[in-house]
Amino acid sequence: MNRSSHESRASDPGGPRLKTSAMIASLAAEGMPTKPAPFGHALCDVARQRDDIVGMTADLGKYTDLYVFAEQFPDRFYQMGMAEQLLVSAAAGMAREGFTVFATTYAVFASRRAYDFICMAIAEDSLDVKIVCALPGLTTGYGPSHQATEDLAIFRGLPNMTIIDPCDATDTEQATHAIAAYKGPVYMRLLRGQVPDVLGEYGYTFELGKARMLRDGNDVLFVSTGLMTMRALAAARHLRKDGVDCAVLHVPTVKPLDTETLLEAAGKTGRMVVVAENHTVIGGLGEGVARTLLGAGVAPKFRHIGLPDAFLDAGALPTLHDRYGLSENAVCASVKGWLDA
Amino acid sequence: MGSPSSAKLVNVALEERAHRIRRLAVRLGEVQGQGYVGQALGFSDVLAVTYFHALIYKPDDPDWEGRDRLYLSMGHYAIALYAAMIEAGILPEDELETYGADGSRMPMSGMAACTPGMEITGGSLGHGLGIAVGAALGLKRKRSSSFVYNMLSDGELGEGSTWEAAMSAAHHKLDNLIAIVDFNNQQADGPSRQMLCSEPLDAKFEAFGWHVQRIDGNDIGHLVEAFDRARACAEARPRVIICDTIMCKGVPFLEQRDKAHFIRVEPHEWELALAALDEGRPR
Repeated sequence: MNRSSHESRASDPGGPRLKTSAMIASLAAEGMPTKPAPFGHALCDVARQRDDIVGMTADLGKYTDLYVFAEQFPDRFYQMGMAEQLLVSAAAGMAREGFTVFATTYAVFASRRAYDFICMAIAEDSLDVKIVCALPGLTTGYGPSHQATEDLAIFRGLPNMTIIDPCDATDTEQATHAIAAYKGPVYMRLLRGQVPDVLGEYGYTFELGKARMLRDGNDVLFVSTGLMTMRALAAARHLRKDGVDCAVLHVPTVKPLDTETLLEAAGKTGRMVVVAENHTVIGGLGEGVARTLLGAGVAPKFRHIGLPDAFLDAGALPTLHDRYGLSENAVCASVKGWLDA
Repeated sequence: MGSPSSAKLVNVALEERAHRIRRLAVRLGEVQGQGYVGQALGFSDVLAVTYFHALIYKPDDPDWEGRDRLYLSMGHYAIALYAAMIEAGILPEDELETYGADGSRMPMSGMAACTPGMEITGGSLGHGLGIAVGAALGLKRKRSSSFVYNMLSDGELGEGSTWEAAMSAAHHKLDNLIAIVDFNNQQADGPSRQMLCSEPLDAKFEAFGWHVQRIDGNDIGHLVEAFDRARACAEARPRVIICDTIMCKGVPFLEQRDKAHFIRVEPHEWELALAALDEGRPR
């Protein structure tokens, strides 16, 4: 689409009416089990055990599931108003006084607007602040103002910062407990609302800094993070029917990367490595994996599923995931194309 | 372990403290042959009253929980703070010669990880007041009676984040937060009022809900009164003391030099500057 064109675009009366997704569209496919607000509930579980946990937000308590915490711990909840630079600075000051702070906003605002403050006020002195951000990558149809397609690239460049991109509700709950127990700055991407719950059947547990092999396979090794692990698992089931045997290595900790597990998995010969991430192909998991493999002299066939280096369209999320290659169907088509090539 | 310290316990006049802080700042500047000496000389009276009248701290225990917090938002004023902290006994004078050197605990721009008593890493201007808001909230959570002093420069008033924090401090009724603005009307590209004018600054802070005092920041008597008033004020509001100061104060030949953010001092002039300070020494 020519994004600069302002010519009128009348709707096709015979075509389907796909509406722009709600601000935060549910990522659950039809019939997929979900859990409500896994981050908010997990944070309450942590806070019941620990008086030093406080929550802060910049007018996005509702949309980051922090409202669950605010309702249960009103005196430990700080509404900082629509001021993200203040949010993260104040979080730093609170952490200096000995509190473990969970600060929430949208990923675009943390990464783009508040970066200098996260960098100097929090990360430089390794303060105990967890920055938990909704709308990571392409998870809203609102267009570039709300699509944080480069947040991982921005925060990967930041020393001391641990980066988590959970896949589902189970992952989010367990990661919330794990990052609370870890002392230091963390950036966690957040899936909120009715969040798909898919990892239970794989006997999965989150461990900070560890990648987990969810299923094995001989033809393709998906190395995936965040919601793309959900898509990789679905694609693996689908491709199995076509005789393609896929392994899925889930990498919820994007930084520091679990290079040991990664090299072990990628070192198994004969498998095409496909990195899949809900992020621009620049500066995210894909480049981290490629650097790790090349640095160790491991050079399998390597392909990358990610968002293009572009400002993306607004519209309905399923349409956009198809358009930019993140949907299950798009992943399957890409993999088959690469195997045939 | 000493008791909470201030010059009230020591029979040295605040004017003499300010003089000694100025001398230390000039000696620090000489180590590197450069530095933000102009700012340090202008701000020495404020620091003398801060460290030897107002601030509660233990020189030998910079992390003492009962201390007042002092945040240096304008990190380039580190030279001034080091001078004051040497005078206060927080830093040893024999480290003065390491200022700005490799491996020194006294880098040119203040870093929390480097220096005892340097509570935040300032320098990316516009950060201090927001961090101070969080610390003031945290202290209230802990039911602490400590104050947070946030030192900021007039140039930083151009940063929007300063005003986010100013609005927030009033919203949260942070009566344990005292902001000190060094208004020397000088920033990197010229006079602050000609860069992005923050005047009328007292009216702005009042409109933001603060308790405001504006004083001659080179007048020890006015500073003492202002700090006392800021601490004793019963209003549930954050307090600001806007200090109008003169760059290079105390060294007449530098005061008269074309004003610059980074004042030029020739190698032979360091001794002259010390001599000028001694000539104007309070009696």
